[in-house]
Amino acid sequence: MIEGAKWRRWVYFYIPLGVFILWLLFPFYWMLVTSVRPDRELYRPWMAPNYAPFWTSHPTLVHITDLLTQTLFIRWMANTLFIAIVSTLISLFCGLLAGYALSRLKFPGGGALGTGIFITYLVPQTLLFIPLANIIRNFKLGDTPWALILTYPTFLIPFCTWLLMGYFKAIPRELEECARIDGATRWKAMLYIIFPIAVPGILSAGIFAFTLSWNEFIYALVFLSSAEQKTVSVGVTSELVRGDVFYWGQLMAGALLGSVPVAFIYSFFVEYYVAGLTGSVKG
Amino acid sequence: MARVLLRNLNKFYDDVHAVKSVNLEIRDKEFVVLVGPSGCGKTTTLRMLAGLESISSGQVLIGDTVVNELAPMDRDIAMVFQNYALYPHMSVYDNMAFGLKMRKVDRSDIRKRVQEAADILGIQDYLARKPRQLSGGQRQRVALGRAIVRHPQVFLFDEPLSNLDAKLRVQMRVELKKLHNRLATTAVYVTHDQVEAMTLGDRVVVMHGGVVQQVGEPLELYNAPVNRFVAGFIGSPAMNFAPARLRDGDGKLHADASGFGLELPADVAARLRPYTGRDVIVGVRPEDLQVADGSYPPGLCFDAMVEVVERLGSEVLLDLQVGQQTMVASVEPSIAARRGDKLRFALQPERLHFFDASSEAAI
Repeated sequence: MIEGAKWRRWVYFYIPLGVFILWLLFPFYWMLVTSVRPDRELYRPWMAPNYAPFWTSHPTLVHITDLLTQTLFIRWMANTLFIAIVSTLISLFCGLLAGYALSRLKFPGGGALGTGIFITYLVPQTLLFIPLANIIRNFKLGDTPWALILTYPTFLIPFCTWLLMGYFKAIPRELEECARIDGATRWKAMLYIIFPIAVPGILSAGIFAFTLSWNEFIYALVFLSSAEQKTVSVGVTSELVRGDVFYWGQLMAGALLGSVPVAFIYSFFVEYYVAGLTGSVKG
Repeated sequence: MARVLLRNLNKFYDDVHAVKSVNLEIRDKEFVVLVGPSGCGKTTTLRMLAGLESISSGQVLIGDTVVNELAPMDRDIAMVFQNYALYPHMSVYDNMAFGLKMRKVDRSDIRKRVQEAADILGIQDYLARKPRQLSGGQRQRVALGRAIVRHPQVFLFDEPLSNLDAKLRVQMRVELKKLHNRLATTAVYVTHDQVEAMTLGDRVVVMHGGVVQQVGEPLELYNAPVNRFVAGFIGSPAMNFAPARLRDGDGKLHADASGFGLELPADVAARLRPYTGRDVIVGVRPEDLQVADGSYPPGLCFDAMVEVVERLGSEVLLDLQVGQQTMVASVEPSIAARRGDKLRFALQPERLHFFDASSEAAI
């Protein structure tokens, strides 16, 4: 907390914080306002005398009900949820084992492997989707959720591995050594001692992986073609923009509802998440 | 209960030879302390004994079994770590019970043994707490408790008191000693603190540069160090060393050092005779330097100038300038010395130590 006169606290703390919060929340406010705005207000030209972009006097739920009933939005949500959860679980499982191995076991080439995994994370998706598309086609996985479930780990596993590796390194080695003297095998020491202590790290890796796959766009756009298979990010942008017609109300309602699960998860786990990223282990 | 035998034990880290041919027998129920400066190989030796570090060559025997290839869990040992290594997500009870659960001891037996250990250590009231809710001393007790519930054949301690404050360390040292007397289990204890080593050990092993320098009872190390390193490491304040040359004069052996010359009595001279005309190192403990009154023979006295006076209450430490070198003397608090004073000190010839100047071995 900033000490001293009251004005100092306002100038150095409350006002900058307020500006920051406004800046961050404005897009969400904009989505909300647009999604409840009737069409006649949405398409009113900006020089019209009653033009009011920041609020609406005739809120309506018609865009939201249209989105839920007239489009496949609910299907897209279900697809996204399924894909995000399964790919997160796969990546977490692999990331846990790989992160543990890279941080704890000594084996030839271990350091190089760690760097290698990190480098694969740096390869841009916009390059990687071309060879991946080939693979997806060869395995006849195109236009199925598995196309994404199996490709998302290409960037999620390196991510989880690195985050967890850092976290495992922060856990004192003695804890595990003590457990192994106490009668635990390496597996048991990992299961009963290391993983429970690493829960904040595991949760933040999970949340991050979930968010990344929930928001993923390029692979979803390339590997899925039929409307029923699409994820929210692709479904909303491809099905609600037809040619040069933008269904702004439904688009914004879709964006708003699409961000609810992620926001919900973050708010629920925020403490673990912060602890995980700052890597604090209290012994 | 078991004896521990280290046979020609070696450890290499790439090119570094960290532990060099250590041979040591630790008898059943004995409390042995490995002591030495950091990097001397004492912790590595302990970790090889625990199975946490692979053995480059040589053998470790616990009881009559060679345990080189056994996993730590199969060696029937318990270890207490410097940073306690308590499992932060478990209660004190679960911390202590963990080893027994892993060994599938039945529930009622676990309860009984944890209770018993908690009673011994006075931590009955904390069993439900998490480690982070405990003070340093309490955590150390839990770590001890976790080791003793197991009833292992050997206890291993890796600098267990180093993280405690000075007062608590002394208190826990006494408790450890009592605990060992009560449990009568073989124990190997690693420390860099020679006071801990001297007070706790039935026998003390001094290590330096990966090599065992001397093994012996505490007073044996203090009174008869085998080389200059042990002499300087054991005892506080450390022993004073002065280079000197032995000379024959009128049939008596003289030791000439910078700032003082000694005329050695016949019994001491007899053992030093072969070194006549050669360089030696004279070692004298601060507590053996006494302010001389008239009764001392002049051949064993020398003058020194007081540079610093440190009054510790029960004793006074004087930093002295003697010729080209400095020495420390520990004298009675009644001696009213001040900076700049010239004092006459006397040596007791039988309390002097002599070392070969090149090999540094005791003569």
